[in-house]
Amino acid sequence: MERRRLRIAVHKFASCDGCQLAFLNAGETLLALAEAHDFVHFPELGPVDPEAEADVAFVEGSVCTEEERERIQAIRARSACLVTLGACATAGGLQALRNLADGEAWLRDIYPRREYLDALATATPVAEHVHVDLALWGCPVDGGQVLEVLAQLALGLRPAPGADKLCLECKRAGHPCTLVTQGRPCLGPVTRGGCGALCPRHGRDCYGCFGPAEHPNTDALGVRLEGLGLIDAAIARRFLFINSAAPEFRRAGLRWRGEAP
Amino acid sequence: MSTRRIDIDVPTLARVEGEGALELTVEGGRLTRVHLRIFEPPRLFEKFLEGHAPDEVVDMVARICGICPVAYQVSAARAFEGLFDITLPHGLARLRRIMYCGEWIQSHALHIHLLAAPDFYGVADATELARVQPEVVKRGLRLQALGNRLIALFGGRSVHPVGMRVGGFHRLPEPADCARLAAELRAALPEADDLVRWAAALPFPERRQDFPCLALDDPEGYPITGIECVTSDGKRFAVEDFEAHVKEFQVPHSTAFHAHLDGRPYLVGPLARLNLHHARLPEPVQALIDETGLALPSANPYHSIVARAVEIRHALSEAARLLEEHLLDPPRRAYEDGMPCAGTGFGASEAPRGLLWHRYDTNPHGLVLRARIIPPTAQNQERMEDDLRQSLTEFGLDQPAEALRAHAEQVVRNYDPCISCATHFLDLRIERR
Repeated sequence: MERRRLRIAVHKFASCDGCQLAFLNAGETLLALAEAHDFVHFPELGPVDPEAEADVAFVEGSVCTEEERERIQAIRARSACLVTLGACATAGGLQALRNLADGEAWLRDIYPRREYLDALATATPVAEHVHVDLALWGCPVDGGQVLEVLAQLALGLRPAPGADKLCLECKRAGHPCTLVTQGRPCLGPVTRGGCGALCPRHGRDCYGCFGPAEHPNTDALGVRLEGLGLIDAAIARRFLFINSAAPEFRRAGLRWRGEAP
Repeated sequence: MSTRRIDIDVPTLARVEGEGALELTVEGGRLTRVHLRIFEPPRLFEKFLEGHAPDEVVDMVARICGICPVAYQVSAARAFEGLFDITLPHGLARLRRIMYCGEWIQSHALHIHLLAAPDFYGVADATELARVQPEVVKRGLRLQALGNRLIALFGGRSVHPVGMRVGGFHRLPEPADCARLAAELRAALPEADDLVRWAAALPFPERRQDFPCLALDDPEGYPITGIECVTSDGKRFAVEDFEAHVKEFQVPHSTAFHAHLDGRPYLVGPLARLNLHHARLPEPVQALIDETGLALPSANPYHSIVARAVEIRHALSEAARLLEEHLLDPPRRAYEDGMPCAGTGFGASEAPRGLLWHRYDTNPHGLVLRARIIPPTAQNQERMEDDLRQSLTEFGLDQPAEALRAHAEQVVRNYDPCISCATHFLDLRIERR
């Protein structure tokens, strides 16, 4: 298989910049990537050319302003393959919590001069605006996974990251189950693997930063968390956290909040 | 006198964290407009933190900034620990300090090499710099990786680490991992010494600017945490009284609030810390500074890059020393328990970019009623605009627009602005004007 030289763009929307660090923390691999490919737009690294055509466009962040709503359309139009980079782009991120409240009221509460701002009342995943070719989950994304996906794209392959549950990864690593042995409200049974089961490794419960796994049984887990003694509001907060705009978590969380999904 | 009008717009500032732009207008030989425009969209953290439990807040505030999550976690944890009457035993406070050193190392190394250094060599970015100065860039990347590993020792990963909680950590690090990393940190000291020498020898323009510096005063030494703030004009006040001295206000061209210290623009960050506290650095670091000829306190904002290098060097030996101490005398437990209560908690720490201040009002269950966070970049905004006015005038407003633009960008980068951070905290009690 021949490796193609890719034109890579890294675009930022509303985010913490942490997922772009998959590149900037890659050490000498970053230098190798810059030799093997062309970063046509990646402001934090240096290249600024928002209009550039790209073979692969990585998008970090969720859509929170009118300008971003227009920009994501333009990016889609000139990118052959659009990859969402992490929880914000893939599922709205923490800031999507405003979608479950009166976002406009929040804005007015915080900014005395609301009119100075271009800000929408919602924070939405990229896929609500344009077609996404590949979604990478995680808050933050796993750097190794990003580099692997890039390598596959360069070979003309179609990466298909797994959506297995974190529990499988955790069991394989041999960590004691935090839910069973410590009675902690672990989201591992419904969360997508990919982080390396970091939280159980650190003796704590998973908080779902990689988003829902495939076929998550959120109903059963919610009941289990209730059995651990969590009040409804606390169970709701487990689901309505970093990936509150992911439909499975949103539905489960709103149910425990006593609201219709 | 020139009557030409030059408008310089930099629609996207490169090599900074987050989204910012610069707008300058020169009219009749005078700078009539200097706007560091921050348009990073507001994410409204201070609103959605409301109703959340303290340990959730520790995980949430990390997400304000992918480059300095530890600073956010430490400032938040300290606020709740103070409020819930938790005193961290020395052994746990020491581990916090080690983890924090990791963040300084990675954030400063990233800034120096990937964001700032290309300016001094006239190249577009770090990958280009790596072709002409491979050893400089690779040394920086190695130090950055070491900082990241130090964070991951406590938190599993360097971006949004999962190890910290109110009262300490979820788990203590493995002794074998601590020993290995301590040895690697020691082994990296000669490279860090070279980094300081290299940074101090960069071609800096001569600048003398008048600005007050603000940093924490840390009983443990060179400041990382503390309960008091000190300023270069001799003021000293408690972290709890921060709001009485620092006032934020909204301007039309920025989604981040601007701030004044007792009515004046001021500086926080590595140069502010070094100016105020260089005498508290260990002797070998002070000797290294003397060797470079850097006179402190410095009034040249360009010296911030040297200050970052010095802090990397200091953080390496500090973390190594503390890891070695930890191995001899580890804490008995990973965390201390506290009793949630209603009240107001204050926490501050010295993020890589400067003093990061948090305040939380809680209900009787310890859930957040109101949050307020003042990040370093918001505090530095006025200082950056002041610096631009002075620096560009000294540089020569009759210079070609392209040269002015490049110079202005470099001036801004000296502050390592983290625009993602700056935008996310805004006050509810702003004076309406």
